[in-house]
Amino acid sequence: MTPHPAPDSGFFLGRLSLEALPLHEPILVATFGVVALGGLALLGLLTKFRLWGYLWHEWFTSVDHKKIGIMYMVLGLVMFLRGFADAVMMRIQQAIAFNGSEGYLTAHHYDQVFTAHGVIMIFFVAMPFVTGLMNYVVPLQIGARDVSFPFLNNFSFWMTTAGAILVMASLFIGEFAQTGWLAFPPLSGLAYSPNVGVDYYLWSLQIAGVGTTLSGINLIVTILRLRAPGMGLMKMPIFTWTSLATNILIVASFPVLTAVLSLLTLDRYVGTNFFTNDFGGSAMMYVNLIWIWGHPEVYILILPLFGVYSEVTSTFCGKRLFGYTSMVYATMVIMILSYLVWLHHFFTMGSGASVNSFFGITTMIISIPTGAKLFNWLFTMYRGRIRYELPMMWTVAFMLTFTIGGMTGVLLAVPPADFVLHNSLFLIAHFHNVIIGGVLFGIFAAINFWWPKAFGFRLNKFWGLVSFWFWVPGFWVAFTPLYVMGLMGVTRRMRVFDDPSLQIWFVIAGIGAAMIAAGIGALLIQIAVSIWKREELRDTTGDPWDGRTLEWATSSPPPEYNFAFTPVIHDLDAWYDMKNRNAGRPQGGYRDIHMPRGTGTGAILAAIALVFGFAMVWHIWWLAGLGFIALIATAIHHTFNYDRDFHIPAAHVAEVEAARARQLEAGQLVTAGT
Amino acid sequence: MTTIATSAGIVSDQPQNPEDAPPSFYDLEEHAHPEGYSTMLGFWIYLMSDCLIFAILFACYGVLGGNLAAGPGPRDLFELPLIALNTAMLLFSSMTYGFAMLSMQRGNVRGTQAWLLVTGLFGLCFLGIELYEFSHLIHIGAGPQRSAFLSAFFTLVGTHGLHVTFGIVWLVTLVVQLGRKGLIPANQRRVACLSMFWHFLDVIWIGVFTVVYLMGMLR
Repeated sequence: MTPHPAPDSGFFLGRLSLEALPLHEPILVATFGVVALGGLALLGLLTKFRLWGYLWHEWFTSVDHKKIGIMYMVLGLVMFLRGFADAVMMRIQQAIAFNGSEGYLTAHHYDQVFTAHGVIMIFFVAMPFVTGLMNYVVPLQIGARDVSFPFLNNFSFWMTTAGAILVMASLFIGEFAQTGWLAFPPLSGLAYSPNVGVDYYLWSLQIAGVGTTLSGINLIVTILRLRAPGMGLMKMPIFTWTSLATNILIVASFPVLTAVLSLLTLDRYVGTNFFTNDFGGSAMMYVNLIWIWGHPEVYILILPLFGVYSEVTSTFCGKRLFGYTSMVYATMVIMILSYLVWLHHFFTMGSGASVNSFFGITTMIISIPTGAKLFNWLFTMYRGRIRYELPMMWTVAFMLTFTIGGMTGVLLAVPPADFVLHNSLFLIAHFHNVIIGGVLFGIFAAINFWWPKAFGFRLNKFWGLVSFWFWVPGFWVAFTPLYVMGLMGVTRRMRVFDDPSLQIWFVIAGIGAAMIAAGIGALLIQIAVSIWKREELRDTTGDPWDGRTLEWATSSPPPEYNFAFTPVIHDLDAWYDMKNRNAGRPQGGYRDIHMPRGTGTGAILAAIALVFGFAMVWHIWWLAGLGFIALIATAIHHTFNYDRDFHIPAAHVAEVEAARARQLEAGQLVTAGT
Repeated sequence: MTTIATSAGIVSDQPQNPEDAPPSFYDLEEHAHPEGYSTMLGFWIYLMSDCLIFAILFACYGVLGGNLAAGPGPRDLFELPLIALNTAMLLFSSMTYGFAMLSMQRGNVRGTQAWLLVTGLFGLCFLGIELYEFSHLIHIGAGPQRSAFLSAFFTLVGTHGLHVTFGIVWLVTLVVQLGRKGLIPANQRRVACLSMFWHFLDVIWIGVFTVVYLMGMLR
């Protein structure tokens, strides 16, 4: 514990010293030991099998949207394990801190855990998952060869990763913020948080935010400019539509986050008075601004998954999506409304009845387009031939779970009710209900749905079912007690409890967390088993689910150029249309294909940004200055490279396509033989 | 435009009349999108995101601008003649950038470079005056720490100044690149992007001049 601010200890290390290492925290020392051993083992294996060159050339420097998408998913999965570890720590602490027991976490540690849990789950789990999905799927769905700005795409990924690394560094060097995931001042100001925790928070989010904003711009332009001929806006697959809405939201809201975090940074580093208690500062300004970003953010997360559920429902019911047009309009209406509701996050902070009513009503209105979507999914299922493959199961679980989460949300949207429920465990249960039941279930549906496309083999169904049946009931066991206690008035972020009658609820919630842990374990086993038995699960057709959109028109995994010939679109559900009308693949006449060239500049820039951020956190001014100059110099140097593309020769395309034709033929023979 | 051949060409032994002909499903004579096909749109969207950052800073100034904390206010601090001169510098620089664009369209590399440099000089004058103003304010004890009003003022105006600084760095880089490669399409695109950036900063400054300085004097 470091109750006093560490003074700047010197020129070379700023305020960094040996005391920053949490040697007095056995939990952290043990964690560090495990992480270090695991990391060393990984590095050793990579070296032993000489994979560094492969990783660097084929993945880290790749500008291929598919590889970048997969790297985003890996980042999300790794950070998910970290975020979940935080969740388990909280559940254990709250289950045992009764009857005079202080539990096993100090207040200083516990406050960091709940802050890190929120920050990591939103910024470094949900965002990479969503961005990774959009990156992988959108160019394929619109028949493009890559995104509009492939280098920026690679750079965005590495900036997100740099932010994640900085958050992880805070675990072992210094501390993380103890402010809650939005770091409200004045608590997050210098007066109350003098140490490095909030600075880690600020710089990691700023670095990752650059990546997010740029990738938002990139995907908007990709969707607007690179659609295959014939694909008018109203012929776009619904996932692409929801991605468009999400990226518009990203571009329209992340700058707000950048600005407001910069102002807090100025308060902390320069001594300005934006959010201070004295000299005219206004902490409410921060609360307003951060929620003007924060509310659209939750729609940034959920909208692409609405798209996933739509694709999954129509594919596994063998029907065109019911109410495509209304789905598009509902998406866009949600997109706009998500800007008009931010104040519902602080009804209790004295805005007055009129303002509260306005924001309460706009919030409730959002349930209308969302409800329309639900009915569309239900009507798509109605009289469809439903195949209960894993993606469809996750979709049904989502519909049941999310509807309840949505209803508790409408409850919270009523200002008088919110005065009772504000800051309670009811709120915690509500947003986990929609984020787990909406975003995470959707991610699982998407992973099961598109995995065969990305890797050429399906995921093992048995372990997928195990994961499903632990996850879904596990979620309810973990969060129903929180609803109950929230209604009884138990507030969030508590470390110890006086009332022993509450303990049983926390123990039940802990059991739910254990079930979820089993679900996560089963997911990891599912991936491992599938890789091990990949030959049995091989998809030779490129279209394992009898899909409807263009990503299923190419091989699994797709060639780096995606399509040898750009498809021409005549109908919504383009691939279904092509199958229906026997559109043959052209077997010759290939041309050179123009592609962007990989570059290591994105990774290098992000590494420098990471050093810069670390130096700023620890007040190592010379290193920060050096890092900043290096950042600018590297960026300028990159602009002197005009040679950014190459052509895949037609002969190579012909080879790849011929191999694909043989694979398809072999697949048909196997099917005929069985 | 790309021409689209029929996929029927693959099974071309069947003669077909246009109504029954299955539509083509693949673009057999595709031409790659020209390089930088979407750069202008992308850069425009980036500018709009930047515009939002300024919107937030304006909002902060609007909310906090009256919180003087018993310190000096706009009337005590701003010298309109100096600001008018500064504004003129930036407006002139936008004009000279226009001349650079005209030179570029005539294919005149030297002219483009020269007008860019003139633009940069105006930009430097603008920054010089701004830095003078800032140092003067800090010197008389009206620094960004003095009150929320001054925090918001320094941040809004300073962020704009920081953008101009980056613009000048970019501009110098571009002059060098024009010297090396001439007016190749990639460079033309870059000059056009910087042009948007530069005029955008001009528009922001009009807002700053009006909201911060003129309305500040009226407050």
